[in-house]
Amino acid sequence: MYRFITTAFALSIPLLLVLLGIEVAVAAWPALSAFKLSFLTSSRWDAVEGVFGAAPAIYGTLVSSALALVIATPLAIGVAIFLSEFAPPWLRQPVAFLVDLLAAIPSVVYGLWGIFVLVPALREYVMPFLSDRLHLGNTPFFSGPAYGPSMLAAGLILAIMVLPYISSVTREVLMAVPRSQREAALALGATRWEMIWGAVLPYARSGIVGGILLGLGRALGETMAVTMVIGNRHEISSSLFAPGYTMASLIANEFSEATNDMHLSALMAVGAVLLLVTVIVNVIARLLVWRVERQGKA
Amino acid sequence: MSRPPRRSIRGRRARSAVMVGLTVVASILATLPLLLILGLLIQKGASSLSWDFFTAMPKPVGETGGGMANAILGTVMLIAIASSIGLPVGIGAGLYLAEHRGTKFAFLVRFLSDVLNGLPSIVVGIFAWQFLVRPVKHFSALAGGIALAAMMIPLVTRTTEEMIRLVPASLREAALALGYPRWRTSLTIVLRTALPGIVTGALVAVARIAGETAPLLFTAFGNQFWSTSVNEPISALPIQIFTYAISPYDEWHSLAWAGALVLLALVLVISLVARFATRSRFRGGHD
Repeated sequence: MYRFITTAFALSIPLLLVLLGIEVAVAAWPALSAFKLSFLTSSRWDAVEGVFGAAPAIYGTLVSSALALVIATPLAIGVAIFLSEFAPPWLRQPVAFLVDLLAAIPSVVYGLWGIFVLVPALREYVMPFLSDRLHLGNTPFFSGPAYGPSMLAAGLILAIMVLPYISSVTREVLMAVPRSQREAALALGATRWEMIWGAVLPYARSGIVGGILLGLGRALGETMAVTMVIGNRHEISSSLFAPGYTMASLIANEFSEATNDMHLSALMAVGAVLLLVTVIVNVIARLLVWRVERQGKA
Repeated sequence: MSRPPRRSIRGRRARSAVMVGLTVVASILATLPLLLILGLLIQKGASSLSWDFFTAMPKPVGETGGGMANAILGTVMLIAIASSIGLPVGIGAGLYLAEHRGTKFAFLVRFLSDVLNGLPSIVVGIFAWQFLVRPVKHFSALAGGIALAAMMIPLVTRTTEEMIRLVPASLREAALALGYPRWRTSLTIVLRTALPGIVTGALVAVARIAGETAPLLFTAFGNQFWSTSVNEPISALPIQIFTYAISPYDEWHSLAWAGALVLLALVLVISLVARFATRSRFRGGHD
């Protein structure tokens, strides 16, 4: 009896995942079968005409997440190295705690801060500085008027949000690197940095990549904070100053106002695409992290 | 190691010092946003926080004052519903994983719970809508609670499993040798020994779902009125903060800040309690 009950609870996890996949796929089917590949490639999202192409949202999700990773990864790895290798013991706990706290702040609170602090700061100072002072305004990436709500704002806020995930996985992976590895490098006369670059990081590499992918998984699916700062516009623009859309924010914004069944199904299809992408990213990430952790134990 | 660099020892040391310095800079940059957010939240939130916030109902646009009493109640109810489903299932699944460590099925469940854990909360939200709201054609607190439970289960499962693994095998063996049946060993010896750790895991999971907004948008939906029914739409702090933050009204903005401060305080207190609970436990273990 006891065994039966715990098995049933354990079974609930695969069942939940399968049920989730089926429900979303079934609801998405009408839109996917109606628009086929154009659902992924078309930029036309017209609820009145009933024509739906999610390309801008897919593009926005990819660009904002990539931007977040570009900003967050070096910082997160820097923090992890500092904490696992250099920080004096009295500093280690508090700094690790503060960075972990970033992960505890609710998404909607980030969004609130984004609307009232980050976006105005970008509009007043950062965007003019980038386009006028640094003369980047002529490049396609920083052109156009500075409204504030933009791909750049989304990327920045996502960077802050995924940083703790990347850094805590990296820290754990670095801790799993055997001492002998470090001692051998130091004994060969390596400086502290050479030890890390030559002996520790290569050993931990696939785990760190796993951590980055976990961060990517978070960034791809992050909803509230992005919805509040990205500007929500169905357009693909190469400029980071332009407003955009992500798959998650598209669902959050339009779902409760969906006008007809096809609109609803199209939003479900966006959810299905998002689901598929995040599952793939997460599976790869977990496999990489597990591999390193098992190596460390062996 | 790769080919030894042909640089002077001075240059190498300098380079090393610079890189170490950069990791320090990275650490400062990483903690800066947290301090900025916390500082502003306390400043803006505290100035608009009043007793009314906890006891009064939201007021229509144009009238000053008003609070989030219904949203606070809603958050408490949603957490209660989610915990009453998510905790037993998660702890049970964790027990199973810890006891059937080597099996293929346990591996699969562990893996899938990690995958489930990484799913975007908005996807859980539309799933709950499709599964629970669409068939009955109305939003409800129950649907919101179940959506949150789905997010809780994988978290609780993994922490429970890890805590149970820390229980020495000798304890379990001693109980079995005394003739205890398996279920009694698991529930009265193993689970009880690991309890503080499991409570910590549960608290961490509660802290995480307390701030979730996306799964609630299409399930609990939000409600401007006082509601205690699990069958009606219900408000929650995160939903209310979102609604107020994207509104164009200044009074609502300041209420959003107050709400964010209260929500963050709630989440941080739960996480801190969880953190210190484990810490003292591990310290106790070394004595």
